[in-house]
Amino acid sequence: MRVFNDVVKPVLAGLGITAKRLQHDKVTIMYPEEKRESFPRTRWRHVLTRYDNGLERCIGCSLCAGACPARCIFVEAAENTDEERYSPGERYAKRYEINMIRCIFCGYCQEACPTGAIVLRNDFELSNFKREDFIYTKEMLVEPIRRTLD
Amino acid sequence: MPKKVETLVLHDSTTPVFGNMEKGGSVVVTTVETLVNQARANSLWPLTFGLACCAIEMMGTVAARFDAARFGMERFSATPRQADVMIIAGRVSKKMAPVLRQIYDQMPEPKWVISMGACASSGGVYNNYAIVQGADQVVPVDIYVPGCPPSPDALMYAFLKLQDKIKRGGARKLSELKLVEVNPRQLEEVEA
Repeated sequence: MRVFNDVVKPVLAGLGITAKRLQHDKVTIMYPEEKRESFPRTRWRHVLTRYDNGLERCIGCSLCAGACPARCIFVEAAENTDEERYSPGERYAKRYEINMIRCIFCGYCQEACPTGAIVLRNDFELSNFKREDFIYTKEMLVEPIRRTLD
Repeated sequence: MPKKVETLVLHDSTTPVFGNMEKGGSVVVTTVETLVNQARANSLWPLTFGLACCAIEMMGTVAARFDAARFGMERFSATPRQADVMIIAGRVSKKMAPVLRQIYDQMPEPKWVISMGACASSGGVYNNYAIVQGADQVVPVDIYVPGCPPSPDALMYAFLKLQDKIKRGGARKLSELKLVEVNPRQLEEVEA
């Protein structure tokens, strides 16, 4: 009887907990086929957004570069002209580069941006083989112009 | 949840296939190298090299929610002698660099290196005297994962990309390695 109380009973109690877990749903996310739902403020890959009329929001003020703790943003501004207009203000970002491997995705650039040009979205698939490929240029970052079919 | 089965394709587009695949009864010809690469890619044994906070996400990748065991990576080895892929998770300090190099040298060929996180890949915010600015100054890195830290699914994407690389390419050879050493080890002669 003592053996039952000291050995068999606790072992059965432990196995009971294990058996209870068998009824639970599976928690595994089958990653490449299905992705987990991202939170609304998930911070991953940067995107330079546009206004609805297709002009870029970025005015090349370099406030994002100043706010960046990792110093991974480089902005070179140039003047807009009437023939060549990229953004509504005086200036636009001629070069806009982010060193994605140094970036820590803190979102300070997004907070610093006065026009809401740079936003961090939820695309996390950024791994690559070469370090040179992580310099994201403006062409890679800027949002493609949305063309609406009328 | 419907069960998902991963089909093992033992040929790529370059290997010849005789007969009609759709009607069945065909013969698939593969090379030994393709077969070996498939076997290598689907049973990568990682070496834990957790140096900082990225290691927590690395542990999360193996746990039930993301479950690296689906790709044959559940066996995290604590010894470099039985590991295939080294996951450098965290910032590599200059004091840790020789240790990292030694453990890399102790791993058997073929071996691969994943540089996980901003600090291991480039130094990240720690652009200072104490941190190696990128683990590729010490060991040859195959794949870089940005993020601070990368979420388990971002690391899993790197696993899949590394598997693709192994399946595509041949085995890593010693002659292919190009190393840039910060401080090459110097052997001094000591009088007895």
